[in-house]
Amino acid sequence: MTSVSETAAAPGTRQIAGLSLTRWRAIGIVGFLAAACVLPFFLSNYHNLQLATVVIYAIALMGLNILTGFNGQISLGHGAFYAIGAYTTAILTTKFGVPYWATVPVAGVICLVVGFLIGLPALRLEGLYLALATFALALATPQLLKFKPLDPWTGGVQGVLLRRSASNPPWGLPLTRDQWLYFLCLAIAIPMFWAARNLIRGRTGRAIVAIRDHPVAAETMGVNIAIYKSAAFGVSALYTGVAGALGAVVVGFVAPESFPLFLSLSLLVGIVVGGLASISGAIFGAIFIEFVPNLSDELARSIPAIAQWLLGFTPSVAEQAATAAQWTIYGLVLIAFMYAMPTGVAGFIRLLWSRLARGFGEGG
Amino acid sequence: MAAFLHQVFSGLATGGIYASVALALVMIYQATHHVNFAQGEMAMFSTYICSSLIGWGLPYWIAFLLTLVIAFLGGLAIERIVVRPVEKAPVLSVVIVFIGLLVIINSMAGAIYSYTQTSFPSPFPSDAWYASSYINAHEVGSIVVTLAVLVLVYAFFRFTPLGLAMRAAAQNPVSSRLVGIRVGWMLGVGWGLAAAIGAVAGMMAAPIFFLDPNMMGSILLYSFAGALLGGIDNPWGAVIGGFAMGVLENLAGAYLVGTEIKLSVALIIIVGVLVARPSGLFGRQLVSRV
Repeated sequence: MTSVSETAAAPGTRQIAGLSLTRWRAIGIVGFLAAACVLPFFLSNYHNLQLATVVIYAIALMGLNILTGFNGQISLGHGAFYAIGAYTTAILTTKFGVPYWATVPVAGVICLVVGFLIGLPALRLEGLYLALATFALALATPQLLKFKPLDPWTGGVQGVLLRRSASNPPWGLPLTRDQWLYFLCLAIAIPMFWAARNLIRGRTGRAIVAIRDHPVAAETMGVNIAIYKSAAFGVSALYTGVAGALGAVVVGFVAPESFPLFLSLSLLVGIVVGGLASISGAIFGAIFIEFVPNLSDELARSIPAIAQWLLGFTPSVAEQAATAAQWTIYGLVLIAFMYAMPTGVAGFIRLLWSRLARGFGEGG
Repeated sequence: MAAFLHQVFSGLATGGIYASVALALVMIYQATHHVNFAQGEMAMFSTYICSSLIGWGLPYWIAFLLTLVIAFLGGLAIERIVVRPVEKAPVLSVVIVFIGLLVIINSMAGAIYSYTQTSFPSPFPSDAWYASSYINAHEVGSIVVTLAVLVLVYAFFRFTPLGLAMRAAAQNPVSSRLVGIRVGWMLGVGWGLAAAIGAVAGMMAAPIFFLDPNMMGSILLYSFAGALLGGIDNPWGAVIGGFAMGVLENLAGAYLVGTEIKLSVALIIIVGVLVARPSGLFGRQLVSRV
């Protein structure tokens, strides 16, 4: 639950309540994981499904964060990789009878290859130009999925329906389907986060970050920019593809309209709100993009009376007004977050944490 | 041949709309190095305002001018109130604020005017003398209006003291501040102008695409693509890129593939061009000193 930039501050020297920051962080991670394992037993199936979605988004955001946060390549098109992963799972399970759990690594590998190949032309594009190219990718995806000649595979506009009973808990586990899927996602997410942390902390990660901070200097130091940038694209796509595959299993249905441009934008919102170039940021971002639209919806629904009074709507229009109000609130929350924490939740916590540590250090 | 010419001309008409929005994007980009993703939604909302004004019985051109004033003030207000607090935030945080603005304006329009498509009048009578079998009256009118806007914008920046001050503020904010230019307000005026130019594009686009809260989505994308194709640091390039986008889109839709995937095809062509020329057709090659 940390980022690279922080490790430079010699964490061992600062102490809070007698424990070093590293120790506190370890306690935090263990506590968080314990909560993540216990929580599903106290929640309804619907909420478990939401939790599973949070975990899936977290994997996808981790992938995007490797690319955008750590490597500095902006992508507005990661929804495309999410879609490729989801469709891989859907097609393999329904057309070839592959068990759903076996499709997840396949989806990852396919996205790795596609991501690497897209990363190659992306080498020539920077900043806004890369944003446009990936934006085009996000926009083209639903259109290509609807493309007539591909219908036998993709099911066209109707999409593909997965057999939900196939993903029931195995070995007679005393879990509901939603609890099982949540734990499955968690079991995949934890090693992937651990791998991402090691990747970022190691030699490769330093090279990736160096390319973001100063490409010329990195090249002078012997970093092969072309390989690292394309590889970052590939790995990033792998994470998002795995998330897409899990998403298809959990939702049990894929269609072109499940992967609109909005998904790609949500992913970008997730990493910026969560915190760029931070591993915990992916989790905060996932919580944000899963729950804030729902919360704003509930808020919007609790005020239709006010909306009616304020804007003079008839009750028949109030329904539509509530939908609109939901997204207005979402947008306001988004802007408020950026005002309050321009470096995201993770950056905010880091700031708070270092102030706290400094305060204690001076006091004792 | 006639059909081909017809496609080219109507491509030029929509291209003019893209060119206006592209110009608005470039204006804000040059001053702040941000791409305003909410530009399209601002234009859409202005068009709704114009529609309301016409609904209240104002003649078209008076409503048109009044809308420009409202759009200018709205753009100014958005810059001063919403964008200013994140002036010094990281670029992506600003992008997220723009996405937030986009979502807010879009859903406000949905709440106030509903999501159903409505028609929007064209000020150019369909039996006007300048209409022909190749190109209809609104298309001619919209191209002329676009060109008029371009000339006005050029004249404003080239010949007025305010335009000069704005160019200075965009080029070198620190020195401009030292000679007494209020850089912050210049940014605000830039946003206002961009909003007004966008409003013109919206009002020219609405008779063709119909008026609904999501009408500007693809227009913004084409304009963004056009601006990048021409070179985002070059207003003339952006305008030419916008026109090129319109023609390219129409021809691709008519001759290469159906209308369903013409957007993808157009974008793939552009990405191809950009891979060959990374700073756009007319953009400045960036040389960085080490």
